[in-house]
Amino acid sequence: MPISLKVNGKSHKVDAPSDMPLLWVLRELIDLRGTKFGCGAGQCGACTVHINGAPTRSCVMPVSAVAGKEITTIEGLSPDGNHPLQVMWQKLDVPQCGYCQAGQIMSAAALLKKKPNPTDADIDTAMDGNLCRCGTYIRIREAIHAAAKQGIGTSASPTQSASLKD
Amino acid sequence: MIQTMNRRFFLKVSSLAGGGLLLGVNAASAADASEFSPNAYIRIHPDGQITIISKNPEGGQGIKTAQAMQVAEELDADWKDIKIQQAYLNEKLYGRQAAGGSMSTPSDWNVLRQAGAAGKQMLLAAAAATWAVPVSECRAEFSKVIHEPTKKTLSYGELSKKAATLNPPDLKTVPLKDPKDYRLIGKAIMGVDVPSITVGKPLYGIDFVLPGMLSAVYEKCPVYGGKAVSANLDEIKKLPGVKHAFILSGGKGYDSGVAIVATTWWAAQSARKKLKVQWEEGPTAAQSTESFNTQAEGLFQQAPAFSLRDDGDVDAVLKSSSKVVDAKYTYPFISHAQLEPENCTAQFTDGKLEIWAPSQTPGRGLQMISQESGISPENITLHLLQIGGGFGRRLSNDYVVEAGMIAKEVNGAPVKLLWTREDDMQHDFYRPGGYQHLQGAVDDSGKLVAWKNHFVSFGEGKNFAASANISPGEFPAQFVPNFSLGITLMPLGVPTGALRAPRSNSLAWVIQSFIDELAHAAGKDPVEFRQALLGDGSPVGTGREKYDAGRMKAVLQLVAEKSGWGKVRLPSRTAMGVAFHYSHMGHFAEVAQVHVSEKKEVRVEKVWVAGDIGSQIINPSGAANQVEGSVIDGLSELMGQEITFKAGRAVQSNYHQHPVVRMKQAPPVIETHFLRSKNPPTGLGEPPLPPILPAVCNAIFTATGERVRTLPLSKSGYKWA
Repeated sequence: MPISLKVNGKSHKVDAPSDMPLLWVLRELIDLRGTKFGCGAGQCGACTVHINGAPTRSCVMPVSAVAGKEITTIEGLSPDGNHPLQVMWQKLDVPQCGYCQAGQIMSAAALLKKKPNPTDADIDTAMDGNLCRCGTYIRIREAIHAAAKQGIGTSASPTQSASLKD
Repeated sequence: MIQTMNRRFFLKVSSLAGGGLLLGVNAASAADASEFSPNAYIRIHPDGQITIISKNPEGGQGIKTAQAMQVAEELDADWKDIKIQQAYLNEKLYGRQAAGGSMSTPSDWNVLRQAGAAGKQMLLAAAAATWAVPVSECRAEFSKVIHEPTKKTLSYGELSKKAATLNPPDLKTVPLKDPKDYRLIGKAIMGVDVPSITVGKPLYGIDFVLPGMLSAVYEKCPVYGGKAVSANLDEIKKLPGVKHAFILSGGKGYDSGVAIVATTWWAAQSARKKLKVQWEEGPTAAQSTESFNTQAEGLFQQAPAFSLRDDGDVDAVLKSSSKVVDAKYTYPFISHAQLEPENCTAQFTDGKLEIWAPSQTPGRGLQMISQESGISPENITLHLLQIGGGFGRRLSNDYVVEAGMIAKEVNGAPVKLLWTREDDMQHDFYRPGGYQHLQGAVDDSGKLVAWKNHFVSFGEGKNFAASANISPGEFPAQFVPNFSLGITLMPLGVPTGALRAPRSNSLAWVIQSFIDELAHAAGKDPVEFRQALLGDGSPVGTGREKYDAGRMKAVLQLVAEKSGWGKVRLPSRTAMGVAFHYSHMGHFAEVAQVHVSEKKEVRVEKVWVAGDIGSQIINPSGAANQVEGSVIDGLSELMGQEITFKAGRAVQSNYHQHPVVRMKQAPPVIETHFLRSKNPPTGLGEPPLPPILPAVCNAIFTATGERVRTLPLSKSGYKWA
């Protein structure tokens, strides 16, 4: 069936079965492959996207349920990849294999929007649905704190990013 | 585009390079002067960009970054100029192209630095010739050659044309830097793919697409080794999006099953839900975890089927000793559960097969697909794709063979095969479970004098199933005067294979837990008891059984110091545990501080790791990440991971039944200390893992008085706090 979607601010018309999970619509029909398939059951969080700002596991979300809603994927989190979390993920060299990290960043971004200065406990709760099979949790937590310190309200300016990378 | 460059590169140097030592001027490039390629690893473009070829598969171990650092260091290149390109499979040109056994660093450390140094020497010679000055007056730094007396400079890009006309130096005699002069090696460098990862650029095997590509699912018999007899293929072929549906007969390198090929993966997967297959299950249907357990218990009542080692007179010493400990240890099968499910893309056209594979052993994959398909190796091209987690799962190439066989049947269109998580967890090459009956004795002075192990493992006759073996030299062999290791093997139809730190990930738990039991029986401090067991530090054994006790004693001492072992007063039900293990050329000792509540809720409060992997930590950022990841991986195995079998099939199918540690369960602090010994650098992906399991169990014993002898911990009622 034809469905209208709004992804990263852009409108898309897709022809998909109504039960096709949003994950596969993104990956196979809209060619946004940054959102990952890990478990297909909402257990690992690799497929996390924002729907109207809320972190959502797209692998178990039928596309028909998100028609007309604001969908944000890792590709649309920031215009130039300079969201404070993306900057800090680089500065702290968080990933190993990196496969879960798009989902981690999306969950963390939703948390910072709600709680700009989260405690360790806030972070643990918000990130509980995101597995990192490589075990980069210590750096993920550190990167979220560092991004929070920098302030979530504004994206990092290019100069800031450059200095952070030194 | 990348393929073209690769192919051209290969064609140019293939006639000159040999056996992986690969030195040879790229003659054609000298003629067209488009780039300078002193050897298989480096291309310097006239615009100053330097491409370093990454020859090994990347799966999160950081090898792409670490190996490029080694080349760039000796080349004296500016890291900003470096672009890293994944090589395709050509082991004649590059030598071993694999990710496994923590072998990339020890096997390539010399050749990569030599490759960089040879390139630099040619650039220096080119600059000296341009200026007509002695080469001794020139030096290189940050992708430039500087003439010291005049301070004139020429960039590597400017020199690339001339350098390409020079004869290369002998790789083996080219001078290498003194480590004190390193600018890159030893510095924390961000992983080269991190910027792409943070913005979600397509990077992994699963992300690979080709024009006109179809997607496939492959349903195998739930019982290992079972065969597809028939299926409702006609019905399946009528479903939306489905282009092909067929049975594959299976072979040595892959299992029989039913392939469904459709326009999208979701269409193929949806059709699969309607698939009805008649299976011939085969003999493994009679096997189960319960039957293994019963069998092992019975076998413990008998003498071992064969002996791997028998030093001194164990039985006599056990009989005459007053302090004897007798314990049975059991650990389960576990699954790799790497986050990216198995996938592989393949295209068969005009008798040629092209494969894009996220594999840890692409060379073996190519051979296997050749054997199964009858396509000769010259007609198969294999490209390495990034791996979303390996952990040893992708040492096995079953999914590569499946993709190749499906593509051959489809004939024409490229096909991407993608497994589900359930496919992955129920068709793994599992870390094998095992059963060990240990008896040990300490004398009146508290010295370990006897060690007897009856290891009931899996295999046929005297042939162990993959990764179910133990070395006759496994510690504490050679350190205990009376030592015996007897084996009995049970037949197994379930596939097994290497999981990160294979063998060690289970053996270290058994050995270091039992040593702890003996230390307590002897009334000794667990660190002191271990130091005494390691003797005066002299290496023992030769060849594969060589054990460098001195290196181990040093890391054990270091971890005791850093953790404040024996000096810190801890609250009730909180304790430290210690363990060490040697594997993959790495010496590691670890201390875990653990709190256990009355309700058996476990919190690992802090972990200290001391490791000796030689003289040089190539990338300290990647190194610390590997250590932390290994510790957390070990904790996942410890607490809840277990694959059980019923009627020849796996019971568990997804993460809810085979849990991976989550953030709140991970230790908040893992402190890593490297001891720099005068040994060549060795790998780090595996050796930090094994000691964490026994370290935590030893802490649990001290905190609670309960000795854990069965894994996972959840079987004994433990859970994360």
